[in-house]
Order: sequence, then structure tokens, then C-alpha cells
Amino acid sequence: MSVKHTILICAGGACISSGEESVKSVLEEELKKNDLEDSVRVVQTGCMGSCNLGPIMIVYPEGVFYQKLKPQDAKKIVEEHLLKGKIVSSLLHRGPTGKVEPHAKEELPFFTEQVKIATRNLGLIDPFNINEYIANDGYFALEKVLKSSPEWVIEEIKKSGLRGRGGAGFPTGLKWEFTRKAPGDEKYVICNADEGDPGAFMDRSVLEGDPHSVIEGMEIAGYAIGSHHGYIYVRAEYPLAIERLNNAISQAKRYGLLGENILNTDFSFDIELRIGAGAFVCGEETALIQSVEGLRGQPVQKPPFPAQKGVWGKPTVINNVETLANIPVIINKGAEWFASIGTEKSKGTKVFALSGKINNAGLVEVPMGTTLRKIIFDIGGGIPNGKKFKAVQTGGPSGGCIPAEYLDTPVDYESLTKLGTIMGSGGMVVMDEDTCMVDVARYFLQFSADESCGKCTPCREGTRKMLEILDRIVEGKGKMEDLDMLEELALTIKDTALCGLGQTAPNPVLSTLKYFRDEYEAHIKEKRCPAKSCKALIAYQIDPNACVGCTACAKVCPVGAISGEVRKVHEIDQEKCIKCGSCYEVCKFDAVKKVDAVDLKLNIKNE
Amino acid sequence: MPTILDTDPRYEELDKYIDQVKEKKGMLIGVLHKAQEIFGYLPIEVQHHVAKKMKIPESTVYGVVTFYSFFTMKPRGKYQIKVCMGTACYVKGGQKLLERFREELGVQGDEPTEDGLFSIQEVRCLGACSMAPVVLIGERDFHGRVTPDMIPKIIDEYRKKEGKKK
Repeated sequence: MSVKHTILICAGGACISSGEESVKSVLEEELKKNDLEDSVRVVQTGCMGSCNLGPIMIVYPEGVFYQKLKPQDAKKIVEEHLLKGKIVSSLLHRGPTGKVEPHAKEELPFFTEQVKIATRNLGLIDPFNINEYIANDGYFALEKVLKSSPEWVIEEIKKSGLRGRGGAGFPTGLKWEFTRKAPGDEKYVICNADEGDPGAFMDRSVLEGDPHSVIEGMEIAGYAIGSHHGYIYVRAEYPLAIERLNNAISQAKRYGLLGENILNTDFSFDIELRIGAGAFVCGEETALIQSVEGLRGQPVQKPPFPAQKGVWGKPTVINNVETLANIPVIINKGAEWFASIGTEKSKGTKVFALSGKINNAGLVEVPMGTTLRKIIFDIGGGIPNGKKFKAVQTGGPSGGCIPAEYLDTPVDYESLTKLGTIMGSGGMVVMDEDTCMVDVARYFLQFSADESCGKCTPCREGTRKMLEILDRIVEGKGKMEDLDMLEELALTIKDTALCGLGQTAPNPVLSTLKYFRDEYEAHIKEKRCPAKSCKALIAYQIDPNACVGCTACAKVCPVGAISGEVRKVHEIDQEKCIKCGSCYEVCKFDAVKKVDAVDLKLNIKNE
Repeated sequence: MPTILDTDPRYEELDKYIDQVKEKKGMLIGVLHKAQEIFGYLPIEVQHHVAKKMKIPESTVYGVVTFYSFFTMKPRGKYQIKVCMGTACYVKGGQKLLERFREELGVQGDEPTEDGLFSIQEVRCLGACSMAPVVLIGERDFHGRVTPDMIPKIIDEYRKKEGKKK
């Protein structure tokens, strides 16, 4: 029997955690029951990107996009769509106007506005099946490269203008050239898959959804620099990526696409996985090298750069996952093609992980130079619950917050640096009016202080001192001089820390001080948190005009601070209240309000 | 302090793994991952064993164990509750989840509950930001868009699971 339908099920991280596996097992059961096993092909793909709609299923040839599926929905799809040819309209995506969009992938701006290079195969192929990768031009670039000279490959990558996607944006071709020219017979390629920035999941999705593209990219890098051995350093937090990489490596070896005498040439290349153990600093290349060697992941002074002296003291090229995933496409389609996309100094596309207060949380790939507004509002669908956009954070703990007035900035390496943040690996966390920018700065600084390896004083002591000041400010105990001290510390750390972690750790503070100084001042001078988020500065109060006496708040209060009879106005005992916010969450009548504690004449409680 | 005796049969499994990888360079972190998988944690006796077997100074092994947050020298609960403290989760109330878990389980930090069933861990971004705030229990059970009032039910699920087994 021939295949009549192909069903793609997204098996990205978000879909799995929202129940993809049980949807799939019901689907398979139903196919069996209805004798459709041979005529319907089910493919588990990598992340389709629209993570907030998961679990997702697309039924071909019609291309019908089913979303937010529950296990029993799979039965409906089999009975209605597959057997009777009727689209199950209740499972389709609905636009903001309520319009049904059966072909969401071809209709939603979220999909149509994207240009996919690094994520070309995500949501399209089965990451467990090398044949599907090959069918989509996989390993063609490797073949082409093996017929050319390493110099040509380096020249091509240089011409393409590709820059490192891990954060700093160093030209990839140049990095390869330095490593090729470095003296020594033994050289290494490392794939940096230690994606540690909170709010970033691009690399994870590529590793899970298209592991072969990374392997092929590494092999091309190996050929170009004259290396026969590669390491993929991947975080222990990504067990699924590890599983799929291991599978992909052994498949590629079986096909003669990895290992000895690849494609019957005299080029040999082997790849080994190294699993991290939970240290953010290991994303920094010199620390990563230490960790690959099995040691404490502490950075070392540069120069010498890894291109001269890397793992085991040998010349080493370190590229990020997304960078490597771009390589095969550049080789296949040509440097000119790649360079025609993007801006003058930043070529190609960039993958962003959208999260935080945004409607379409997920993974998007757009040409460099796309404006923040387009990414956040057109593609990302804007802010939920009618709230106002306040800022977008890029670059994780090394980056900064960009306020609304710069939403029309075209995103590339230079423009973001000018705004006091960095491209970073591509995390974009959107914040709305309820997010306190002082607290955000504090959060990132806490992260950097915790993750500081302790080797150099500016980072180890400096970040801690800055954190102490910020802790004081969010508790309403700050002084105006604190702001000057914060700035002085920040600039000193930037100039004197040993590695990238320390040098960039003050960025979240500097950028919020620049754009949201008024919020800092409100905390210090007025003891108010404008976003009503800092626990010490707010209180919960019940609006007597809105309260209907439903008792929901009293029931949920963990400390019994709320009193009141049924159908009568309730009241919060401020002495007992621990400000957990449970009443606020549970009230259906918007009767629980957050107010400034100063207005209630409450003493700011000393811990 | 519980100790693991020299005669513990689990050492054999570890030794077998070390023999398998001994040709490769720089495998200490990999071996420690394996050891923690076998023993559940890395007490000093296990570290000494690894050092001796791999011919690496004990100080180096200890240095690596204490550097990386994945390695623990204290036993952990059977179900490790990993509360994500990534940016997206933090913005969406991850801290409140942490507080509620501690309150419900009556623990302060990362120590296991009295029955040994649970321990709570604050973890770095789990990369499931679109589901924020998230909690990962064990290695595979993801709970997305968690609110504090869901927590007693989540804990009960695991308690029930254990009850059945007993």
C-alpha cells in the first residue's frame, strides 16, 4: 500500500513537555486500530518553533496544522481527517480575530516572516534518521568540500561574512585561517554547545532537531583547518540533545560520512562528546577547553588564543552550534548568496529564542537587520493580556535591556552593542510593565556572581559588592550614592576582569541604569517599586468596592491573613501577610490590588 | 554521615566503566558523571576510589567535584525537584514556586526530606522558556506553566506513586 498521508509531529523540548509523547502513542494506536499503519507515515521532527502552540501536528499532503493537542485529539484526527477527509476545525489555529487558519505554517506571520538557514531542517525532518537529512541536501557540502582545497573553503567562509553566533561575533573564516596557519600537526575542532544563557534555547533546538548539520559543519571545519578530531561540549542539562547527537554520530559513521577515509577520500575525522557538569563559565572558550580536558573550568589569560594553543595545548577552532549549522548551506549555495542576506557588517540570519511576556514564545530565525519591533510584535505577536511592552533583554547575563524607544533598531552585532547590550547567543526575554528593571539587573548580577569561578578578584569580589548594593535598593534601603558606586564598580570590573564572563557581567546594571534610572531613583527616594514587583516595597490590599466575598483569597492564603465572611468584603491583615501573591493570582474580580507599602504607612520590614 | 564501604559491589560497575575509557584523555568529568549515576552522590570515599583507579591526585578530583554544580557530595532525594531559575521563569514567578515547594516539604535548602523522597534544587535555565515557569522532577518529568497552588498536587502525585510501590 502506498503512503497517503505523512504526519509531522513536533518533538521539540516544549512540545514534549506539553505531552507530545502521549499524543503520539494514541495516534499510533488509532492508526493500528483502523488499519492505516501502512498508508500513514508518522515522523517525529525537531522543534517547529511555535512552542506556545504545542503539541503540534501537521498532516500532509493537505498541510493542515493542528495545535495544542491532547491525547484524545489524535483519535479525532484519525477518524475525521484521515478516514473521512474532513478537517477537524476545533483543533486549528485561530488568529487574533477568531479566523480559522488551517494552514498556519503558510499563513501565520510567525512562520512566513522567517528566513531559515541554521534551522532549515527543524520541524521538517526526523532527527533520528540520517536519510532524511541527506534527502535535504545533507552531506552534499562535505562532498563538495572534499573535492576542493582547504584554502578554498576558508576563502568561501570568509567571503560569506559569517560571524560567530555564540555572542562576540568574530569572523568565522578568519578564525579558521588563523588555526590553519598555526604551526603544529595536531589540531582540534570544538563545537561549543554549552548554551548557558538563561532564556536561550536555539542551540538546544538545533542539536535536538538537526544534529547532522552540526556534525557536517564540524567536519568541514576540520577539513579546512587540517584537523582529524572534534569534540562537542554539550551541557548536562540537555539529555535529549546528547541522545540525538550520539545517535547521529553512530549513523554518520555507519554511512562512511564520519570516521576513517570519509567518502573514500584520505580525509578522516572523528567526533567525541563531552558532557558539561553545570558551570556557566564553561561557555567561555578558555574555560571550556579546561573542562574538555576534564579539569575545573577556569578561564586562562588570552593570548595565546585557542587558535594557537587550545585543547591539549594544540591549535583549536571553537565554533558555536548555530555557526556550524550555517556552514553546509553556505558551501552549497555559495558565499555570495549568504552575503546578500543581512546588513553591511552582519551577514545571514540569526536565530532568536523568544520568551518572557510574549504571545508567541518560541524559536525564530530572521535576516540580520530585522527590527526588534518586527521580531517582537509581528512575529512574536506582542505582549499578552493587553499589557505594555517595557523592555527586551538580549545577550543573557552579558547583555542588557533595550527600552521601547529603540524598538525600530535593526538588529545586528553593531547596533546592539551601540545600545549597550550584545547580540549574545540569541535569547530575547520580553518584559512588560509588571517587570521591575532594578530587580532584573539584580537577577542577572546574582547569576554572574554565583557563576563567577573565583579566579580573578574584580569578578569574584566586584560582582558580589554590586549585588549587595542592588539587594539594598530592592529592599528600599538604598542611598543615592549607591548609584555612583554601582557605576564605578561596573566600569572597573569591565576593564579588569580576566574573561568574558566578568567583563560583561556589569552590562545588565549599566544598561538599566542608562534607560531606567528613574526606577532606581523611585526605589531609593520614594521607596516605591514602579512595577509593583519588589516584595519589600509593596503590599496587597482588597478593594472593598470590587470584592464580592467569594472567599477564594481567604482559602488560598497560606498564613491565614485574610478574614471576612461569605458575600462580605474581605480584609488582609498586613502584619500576618507574607506577600506571596496567592490571593492576587486567585481573585477573579480584580479586587486584590498591589499597592505601595509606603502608602499604607507600613514600616518596611527589616529582615 | 553515610559511608560507602570499600567492599560495596557498586565499585565494580564503576571500575568497569573506568577501564573502558582509560585510553581516552581527560575523562575525569565523564567518570564522575558515571559515579554519581551509580551512587547517587559523590562522597569522599568514592572520590578517593576514582583518584586511585585513574591515578589522578585526590585534590584534583575534589577540585572538580566542588567546582561543578551538577556534582554533589551530599545524598539527594529520590525525586529531585529542579526549579528553573532562568530569566523567563524568574520573570514569571519561579521564585514563588521555590518558596512554595520548600514550605510544602518543610526543607530549607537542598537537603532531602525526612522520608528521603524529595530534594529541591534551584537550577539554571532548562531551555524550556516558552513553558515558563517550569519545574523538572527527576530527569524527564517536565511541569510547565506551574502556579504555586499546583504544587501540593504535584507532590502528591509522586507520594502516591511511591505508596503504590510499597
